[in-house]
Amino acid sequence: MNSKVEKRGFPLPSSVKVVPGTEAAQAAYPYTIQFTPPDDQRFWFYNSMHFPEPMHAFDMVTAEAAYCALGAVNTRVQCLPTTLGIDHRIINGRVYIGGNAVTDPAEIEKRTAEFQKRAFYYYANWETLYAQWKQKMLKLIQDSQDLPKLSLPEFEPLEHVHAGRGVATNHELLVTYQKTLEGYFRMWHHHFEFLLLGYGAYLTFFGFCKKAFPEITDQTIARMVAGIEAEIFRPDEELRRLARHAVELDLDAHFVEGTTADEILASLRTAGEPGHRWLEELAKARDPWFNINVGDGFYHYHRGWNDDLSMPFAALPEYTRRARAGETLLRDVGKLQQERVQLIADYRELLGTDEERAAYDQMIGLAHRVFPYVEGHKFYCEHWYTNLFFNKIREFGTLLQEAGFFAKQEDVFHLTHYELELAIIDLMNAWSSGSAPRGPAHWPPIIAQRKAAIVEWAKHTPPPALGPIPDVIDDPAIVMLWGITRESLDNWLSSDDDKDSKEVRGFAASSGVVEGTARIVKSVEEISRLQPGDILVCQVTNPTWAPIFQKIRAAVSDIGGSMSHAAIVAREYGLPAVVGTGNATTKIKDGQRIRVDGGRGVVTLL
Amino acid sequence: MQSSRHISWFRDVGLADRPAVGGKGGSLGELQRAGIDVPPGFVVRTEAFEHFIRALEAQAPLRARVESLDSGDLDAITAVSRELRARVEEAELPDDLKQEILAAHAALGSAGHAPIVAVRSSATTEDATDASFAGLQDTFLWVMQPDDVLRKIRSCWASLYSVESVSYRRRQGFPEAAVAMAVVVQTMVDARTAGVMFTRSPTTGDRSVITIEGAWGLGSAVVGGEVTPDRWVVGKITGEIPVRDISDKAIRHAPAPGGGVVDQPVDDAQRREPCLSDEELQALRAVGRKVERHYGRPQDIEWAIDRHTNHLLLLQSRPETVWSNREIAPAATAAADPLTHVMSIFGGRK
Repeated sequence: MNSKVEKRGFPLPSSVKVVPGTEAAQAAYPYTIQFTPPDDQRFWFYNSMHFPEPMHAFDMVTAEAAYCALGAVNTRVQCLPTTLGIDHRIINGRVYIGGNAVTDPAEIEKRTAEFQKRAFYYYANWETLYAQWKQKMLKLIQDSQDLPKLSLPEFEPLEHVHAGRGVATNHELLVTYQKTLEGYFRMWHHHFEFLLLGYGAYLTFFGFCKKAFPEITDQTIARMVAGIEAEIFRPDEELRRLARHAVELDLDAHFVEGTTADEILASLRTAGEPGHRWLEELAKARDPWFNINVGDGFYHYHRGWNDDLSMPFAALPEYTRRARAGETLLRDVGKLQQERVQLIADYRELLGTDEERAAYDQMIGLAHRVFPYVEGHKFYCEHWYTNLFFNKIREFGTLLQEAGFFAKQEDVFHLTHYELELAIIDLMNAWSSGSAPRGPAHWPPIIAQRKAAIVEWAKHTPPPALGPIPDVIDDPAIVMLWGITRESLDNWLSSDDDKDSKEVRGFAASSGVVEGTARIVKSVEEISRLQPGDILVCQVTNPTWAPIFQKIRAAVSDIGGSMSHAAIVAREYGLPAVVGTGNATTKIKDGQRIRVDGGRGVVTLL
Repeated sequence: MQSSRHISWFRDVGLADRPAVGGKGGSLGELQRAGIDVPPGFVVRTEAFEHFIRALEAQAPLRARVESLDSGDLDAITAVSRELRARVEEAELPDDLKQEILAAHAALGSAGHAPIVAVRSSATTEDATDASFAGLQDTFLWVMQPDDVLRKIRSCWASLYSVESVSYRRRQGFPEAAVAMAVVVQTMVDARTAGVMFTRSPTTGDRSVITIEGAWGLGSAVVGGEVTPDRWVVGKITGEIPVRDISDKAIRHAPAPGGGVVDQPVDDAQRREPCLSDEELQALRAVGRKVERHYGRPQDIEWAIDRHTNHLLLLQSRPETVWSNREIAPAATAAADPLTHVMSIFGGRK
């Protein structure tokens, strides 16, 4: 590493100024997550993997709930020996996080003893506990679906009175809101129940492979472990199945490129019995597989496919065309399984000794055991449950909008979850006192301010990290979840030094070399700008973008490791991909010609 | 044509014949038997060398001259070496041997065309130091005339009497009667692209990758280090190509008009072009795996692609020695409780 990098660090938190004019919006975030002077002593990095866009006040509930649950598991439940939880801060709408490493050897020893009593029990009983986990999640989902619809009638329904309920409907508002929040926080605890243990077992095998085969690519290791029938592939598979079905029913003429979902659905409704049958198949696929959102579940506006059919329907014309041309579209699961078995056996054979082979068997055995969770949990947590959660909040938005608190249902997301409770109480009080609520006079100017701040913040590129660089990053959580290592930080710094460089470097995620036109997609709303043959350059992507991967030639992301979504989907589609570049979306210009070498992790600007 | 006392066709020999056909000859025979394409050729066996030396000894002592040398007396070694090399290079071959070789050589040709061949020494010892003396200088490429073939065979034999070879044998007290050399005579490949391939990483020893280096023209430019070759790392099992270093290949080795090899500038347009396609890289990977499996250990392979037929041919394969002789600690060993492996991640930096 060059010495210039060694001496340098990232800007201190205190040196980052709030964008002028957005001070009030910044102040709206809770005091618990504002930067203060002691924070200058620590290293922070911008979590653009999960929060690539400026945060609406309400959406910070995800950061709060997720880090609360992650930390609880690491620090208190499984007792990870060398790390506690993660602190988070926000400035200019950007979420920065920092880990709490454990460095005292005596403390590590004490925590190791606890860890082995707890985590090892989980590993040993993984299948049982995971089956139990699924039941818990399905119950939680059911509970969320069973929450009552919201309304404030002029008079309490007569049957409530005659039944002697003794609790008026306005109270139900608060109870439902609190249950909604409680469920979301609970979901995040479930989310992290297995996650670090799962990644840890995978990385154990990963580390072994890197030692035994120093030049093995990350994607090869991932292929040895990845499941063939993970839930996360299902929505896309359902689409392919629907496309085939449309061709079988001779309905593919209804799927015209450029028409909206509503138009396609309307024309199918007039297509007689075949149209009816296809729509029935669609309904089956939607529950539950369209409970997947177009983002990563971290923004309220990443709507689920069920709420916004434009994403799945945008993919259907191309799929039906291919099905008509004779492609099966469906993955040959048996063949994929056979290939995986062969791959594992071939690498095993290359090992030097039987002792090494025995260790390999043990480690890959554990990795296979944990991996269904690693791949499967997202569908239940970040997608299905999160969609339900944000949609419930929308119901509160409608209620408050009707009461004049703000102009649009979606404005509710400009309130923090604490403020929203207050607004609900405002409405409850008004209903009971018979006075007008205070909110309609209070919120509109504040919401206007916050809306403007989001627009303003999005124009600024946040520093990738803040504060002094640690000598080593030894926090398994940060390495596992964010792919951040000392090397990647040096990479970010040196690419900052070298603004004229014609190269952007990242993790080699999926091999192959292609050239093409870069299309910078900073948010989900911009997906429609992608033209066939473009190279997608994004901050972070996600498996639900899978249907658009058929259109593109390669993918490049700012954040993510070899197990990130962009990497998984790219391998699935056989597209070259470079992930975790730190700054591809700012260094590469929209429309520029680039070469992506997914095997080496290098993007060259042409 | 049948093999004979002094000549063995590749198809008739294998690794077990190394004492008589040398490492290179044995390996080419072994490759051909394993169904791998090698340019056709034959080995002039050590019996031929013995026969030739006996004829020389009848005129004047040869081996005794070497054995009488003191390993410390470099002047004497230099003088004797010069004299013996000249004798070996200039002496006529015994007539029966000469006819056998010329007949075999002629059989390599087709339709009245004299074959163009490479003449390569094939040492009978596995000793690395000895092998290094029998290195590049003893491979003669693009030999066109039958007489020249005979001369180059003698030049190979003469290399046994180089100062370095003789000094080494004297220091080791090696008996001269045991010194012998086979010579390979092999149809020359007019290579469009040629180079080397290691069926493990030369830099990390990784057995899961194949490293391929190649350049335009004959492989001697790569082996001799006269051109920086293109370099690829190919997943042995997966076929992925994570590393592609395409270099500026300024020259290529090409056949000289009267025989031998000449440097030629490479056209500007071609210099920075990859000298192998992905399909060819995959073909190399397949053949590399096949050879490695056949021998049961990693190989160091020379290959060429014929300019006219685009056919991939192997010129040589020998066991990789650098990493194979190194003690490599296991990446991990089995644990009584498999779960303890995860402590490598959760236990912190050791």
